[in-house]
Amino acid sequence: MPPLLELKNLRVSFPGPRGPVEVVRGVSFDLGRERLGIVGESGSGKSLTGRSILRLLRPPAKVSVDHLRFDGQDLMAMSDRQMRAVRGARISMVMQDPRYSLNPVMTVGAQIAEALRVHERIPRRAVRARVLDMLEKVRIHDPEHVMRLYPHEVSGGMGQRVMIAMMLIPKPDILIADEPTSALDVSVQAQVLDLIEEMIAENGMGLILISHDLDLVARYCDRVLVMNRGEVVEELQAGALHSAQHPYTRGLLESVPRMNETRRFLPVMDRVAGMGT
Amino acid sequence: MSALNIENLFVRYGTKDVVQDVSIRVGQGESYALVGESGSGKSTILRAVVGMASDWRGTIQVDGQPRSAMGQGAFARHCQMVFQDPFASLHPRRTVDATLSEPLRIHGIGDHADRVVEMMRSVGLDPRYRFRFPHQLSGGQRQRVAIARALMLDPKLLLLDEPTSALDVSVQAEILNLLVRLREDRGLTYVLVTHALPVVSFLCDRLGVLHKGGLVEEADVSVLRSGAFQQPYARDLYAASLGAGDRTRRAG
Amino acid sequence: MSVLDWLTDDAPASRLQAQAGQAWSIARAFARNPLAMLGAVIIGALVFVAVFAPWLAPYSPVGQDLGSRLLPPSAEHWLGTDELGRDIYSRILYGARITLVIVVMVALISAPLGLLIGAVAGYFGGWVDRVLMALTDVFLSLPKLIMALAFVAALGAGLQNAIIAIAVTAWPAYARIARAETLTFRNAEFIAAVRLQGASHLRVIGLHVVPLCLSSTIIRVTLDMAGIILTAAGLGFLGLGAQPPLPEWGAMISRGRSFILDQWWVATMPGFAIIIVSLGFCFLGDGLRDVLDPKQREGR
Repeated sequence: MPPLLELKNLRVSFPGPRGPVEVVRGVSFDLGRERLGIVGESGSGKSLTGRSILRLLRPPAKVSVDHLRFDGQDLMAMSDRQMRAVRGARISMVMQDPRYSLNPVMTVGAQIAEALRVHERIPRRAVRARVLDMLEKVRIHDPEHVMRLYPHEVSGGMGQRVMIAMMLIPKPDILIADEPTSALDVSVQAQVLDLIEEMIAENGMGLILISHDLDLVARYCDRVLVMNRGEVVEELQAGALHSAQHPYTRGLLESVPRMNETRRFLPVMDRVAGMGT
Repeated sequence: MSALNIENLFVRYGTKDVVQDVSIRVGQGESYALVGESGSGKSTILRAVVGMASDWRGTIQVDGQPRSAMGQGAFARHCQMVFQDPFASLHPRRTVDATLSEPLRIHGIGDHADRVVEMMRSVGLDPRYRFRFPHQLSGGQRQRVAIARALMLDPKLLLLDEPTSALDVSVQAEILNLLVRLREDRGLTYVLVTHALPVVSFLCDRLGVLHKGGLVEEADVSVLRSGAFQQPYARDLYAASLGAGDRTRRAG
Repeated sequence: MSVLDWLTDDAPASRLQAQAGQAWSIARAFARNPLAMLGAVIIGALVFVAVFAPWLAPYSPVGQDLGSRLLPPSAEHWLGTDELGRDIYSRILYGARITLVIVVMVALISAPLGLLIGAVAGYFGGWVDRVLMALTDVFLSLPKLIMALAFVAALGAGLQNAIIAIAVTAWPAYARIARAETLTFRNAEFIAAVRLQGASHLRVIGLHVVPLCLSSTIIRVTLDMAGIILTAAGLGFLGLGAQPPLPEWGAMISRGRSFILDQWWVATMPGFAIIIVSLGFCFLGDGLRDVLDPKQREGR
């Protein structure tokens, strides 16, 4: 059986003043019904990789790929209309900040219902039941009340849970989560990630978790790709984080301060001249 | 004489006190951290100190002088602030040179060129970057410029508002190292506001845990390293932070 | 190192090089926009004509020749003559001077005034903002031409008073723009940082706030130039602007009105001049808008 998602040799470039600049340089991976983490710093191309899968990049970005197959279908060959049917219904995406990705003038309930109705034809009463059910699943205690709230009336953590509810209600096969918790407080982060983990397990979905935080990704994923400057430099099994070989991965691990920190200085990575910060 | 002395501080935004009855005392040369989650009032305290939040009651003293008695100019020479977002804290149309010489101009200090170049060297910025605009710099370079700007008037008290939370981890390491070195070289006092406990462990001597506008617990950094907090909220925060960063490393 | 490398260097070595590099990237982006270039050429031609009118014009703009009244366009009089036998082509060339003076003077008076009022209102907020914006709204709520008319009627007809009247009606738009712009960054950390360094409010507004509002104001002023020319022409048409025998384009149309059916060129030729110059300013303004935002320029 072929994997759920096959990505081979993804390249993304933007035009620059001195010719095109390639920001994703030949990324390939297969994804089954598993949890894959993509880790990298800003500019590593990790988010662009996530967006390319859904074909969300617009010109002047130029995307080329040897093949991009989802469930046996070639995503690159699809029309915009077919692509819209895939987006949301079969592959969903949770973005960083719920405040920007929720529509501010629609109630939470209406937005979740909308997400469902776009992809399925079901009677109104059933929609309401499904929405309530979904809100309960993402552990919102008083779904009847929360349904009627507007996005600015909910906290960051609840907003992100609403986002997840919205993304998962059409029962997609793959969830792409791009820094889903970096806008949240630490105490809420774990709750949101636990929730994602649980929903993935329950529905047998594939997950792509994109983050800058190696430890976090290692904790919630089976497999981790480490990206640097547009390339995958290392692939690791989550448990084997500390046997990482690549100097970049090692550098990332070492440069994070620890809770019981006693080093006087943190190790820093050597940078190519001109790249220095 | 303490570098920063805050007693019974209340800060009001609108009709609500977002900081309630907070007292902290930071000694000369000390590095003190205010930690808490969003809405805990930690940034608001800094804002009250520098005058960006004006509706406050209580006592704020900087180097023994009451804050309310210090003019903007005098205060500037005692205390400066480094902001969280290096993209928002630099004027987009001014070169590094213009940004760094502005405080000298305001205070009528001459010899701009030499002082700017010297300061750039001491924060680890190549003087080649002197005439670049912010959009020609990386996030880490911008934060170095912001730190350099704060040090131009040679203040002893530096308020750091989440100075590394907008940066990549490898860049964060460089900026944290820089802060450690500057503190040693110049005998600075730091008041750091952050939600990241590991950063506190690296950079600070003492910390205060804030929750919903109140000071829950004050502790030495050794308490943080061992996690032996007294108050339940501080322990919860510690546990959650472990989950977000250190759990696997400890388990493995 | 070639001049081009010097200009596009990522690490400028001096203030001059940094500024030249910025000017270069603006100019280059501007040159890629054909309509903007067309606008620049038209405005360049206007300035050239205004400066060199005495050498370019074949006849005197005021010299009457009653023997050659109302002649149609010919090799001798390219755009024909008016009811007093004056060469229309020469009058239009000289009229460029008046148009340019009006436009420049109005811009010089109204833009700084509006910019300052808007920046102050936006920066301080609170009651300062409310008072200044209420004042602005009063001016905005009156039709421009009518208000200019009222001012000219009060001050007396004439070129100078027309300029003052137009300037008084033009500033509120700039105040609104400057205020809106200021509001977007008045709470920005870079403004707070300058305050923290001990800068006075005056210094913050003058050196840090106003420069950021400048480009949107320049764009708006350029786009408004067409309107200013039309208002000036309107005042001239009604006999309240430049007085005869000054060759003001609006006044020329007004005089030609009586002959519009039989001698169409008398009114039409200055009309063309107004349209071309107005269009030129519009193109230029649109081009500047695309170019002056440094974020848009980046990466090109």
